[in-house]
Amino acid sequence: MSGFGRIGRRLGSIPVLRWTLGVLLALTALAIFGPGLSPHTATDADFDRILAPPTLEGAHWFGTDQLGRDLFVRTLEGLRTTLLVAVVSSAVSLVIGVAYGLVAGFVGGRVDAVMMRFVDALYALPFIFFVILLMVVFERSLLLIFIAIGAVNWLDMARIVRGQTLSLKQRDFVAAARLSGVPTARILARHIMPNLLGVVLVYLTLTIPQVILVESFLSFLGLGVQAPEASLGTLVAGGVGPLETAPWVLLLPSAVLFVILLCFNFLGDGLRDAADVRFGRTDTP
Amino acid sequence: MLSYTLRRLLAAVPTLFLVVLGAFLLVREAPGGPFDEERVLPPEIEANILAAYHLDEPLHRQFLRYVGSVLTGDFGPSYRYRDYTVGEIIADAFPLSLMLGGLAMLLALAFGIAAGAAAALRPNTVLDRGVMTLSMTGISIPIFVIAPLLVLAFGIALDWLPVGWSGSGGLSRLVLPVVALALPQIAHIARLTRASLIDVLGSDYIRTARAQGLPTSTLLLVHAARPALLPVLSYLGPAIAGVLTGSVVIEQVFGIPGLGQFFVTGALNRDYTLVLGIVVLYAVLIVLLNLAVDILYAALDPRIRLS
Repeated sequence: MSGFGRIGRRLGSIPVLRWTLGVLLALTALAIFGPGLSPHTATDADFDRILAPPTLEGAHWFGTDQLGRDLFVRTLEGLRTTLLVAVVSSAVSLVIGVAYGLVAGFVGGRVDAVMMRFVDALYALPFIFFVILLMVVFERSLLLIFIAIGAVNWLDMARIVRGQTLSLKQRDFVAAARLSGVPTARILARHIMPNLLGVVLVYLTLTIPQVILVESFLSFLGLGVQAPEASLGTLVAGGVGPLETAPWVLLLPSAVLFVILLCFNFLGDGLRDAADVRFGRTDTP
Repeated sequence: MLSYTLRRLLAAVPTLFLVVLGAFLLVREAPGGPFDEERVLPPEIEANILAAYHLDEPLHRQFLRYVGSVLTGDFGPSYRYRDYTVGEIIADAFPLSLMLGGLAMLLALAFGIAAGAAAALRPNTVLDRGVMTLSMTGISIPIFVIAPLLVLAFGIALDWLPVGWSGSGGLSRLVLPVVALALPQIAHIARLTRASLIDVLGSDYIRTARAQGLPTSTLLLVHAARPALLPVLSYLGPAIAGVLTGSVVIEQVFGIPGLGQFFVTGALNRDYTLVLGIVVLYAVLIVLLNLAVDILYAALDPRIRLS
């Protein structure tokens, strides 16, 4: 748990990271409670105010889109969908990655070699195209998006966990536990897993922006979140059409997406430096 | 070197086989056939159509048939564009995507390395901070946001460049798509170059070389460049994947009739053979380019091929 505490202290001591965390929490709160502040709903069309610029009049704080829907509420609800996908898909990738890495690292030897070669092979693949393939083949739904995106983003996590497990396994306290007859499952649960927590948390923070990127990319293309649901990706796509006459329809959702990604990237980078672990790649498509 | 290359080439074969198998099975398991329409066909006609496309054979036979024909360059007929084969569509659209992606990669390498190196040579100055801030921004703006923003700024507000593909425009219509495609990669490459060059410049042998009075240019080009660029080289694989993925969006935004455009329409129309063909092509391309990068890496770094 020592790594965990150190990361926590470091996080608190860097103002930028504290601010980043604050902005993220504020945006999350806004995504959940914000739509309630507006008199409008995401689906009500105000035909008198189509593509209205941001204004206090009529309480369209972000203006309206092509159908006269309030962009403030739509952006926040889009943000909520995006965050939901980010959290659930990251959790899926967390479970797969940790399980895979734990097995490879703990069993070691031939099994480890084969499992890691498989991961190497997967690294070389154009995952996004497989996600799109899944979207084509199956009925598009939020559940499918959760699983599809999570199922292709676990490689980094598996590598990290495997590396950490490999080194933890050789530590004296694990040897001591094994010698005194502690069963394997218990060694994993009590001795290995708690020590992985810090590193896993760091890489989870780095996974989230990647997941957000993939989701919004799919939604932008019309292959992700389906109407009437909206995510930030679909909102950005909707803003491309009226770009010339009503740039705010593009700019405001884009700005929110940018801020979210920037915050997660900052946080992830900062945490990684604080934890001082570097394995694998953290690049997004 | 030769044995290393051969070994890596052999290792790529099972990967490619698994990719094609995975994509093929996914598409074949899809609910609904390509010929399910509102009009109910008489069973004999339906059987004839299925037989014509070999859809009545057992799955493993279909797969072997598909692999066999792909190896000869035949990706089968498109299910939606009735008069075209997938091969013809790819032949039409791929060169355009290739040009777009190739130009973007060159641009990304040139600007990314230059910006990263400039920042590394003057760490913690305004220049360095500027490059780092810009690259963090570049990493955090998705490509599908950058592209319309560039259109808004340079196409509409300033009216310097054409924003669409159709109509006249010649080479100038390439500028915005290529730049949009390159920007995220420039950001990544600049960060990588800066980090690794700072690392290399701090090492003992560089200090020794400097102490001997070598001019900075020799120091950089002869001694520091190779080790500093190795991480950039290994990033080329993900960068290529990123450019391929990005081109899907870019072609959509700028209306460029490239492969990515067909991929998305194919996906939305459930044109299974077309989507399958493009996935297979992209996968082969990425695996082979990764292989090329690995071999290049081994050529530049003797530690890899000797271990």
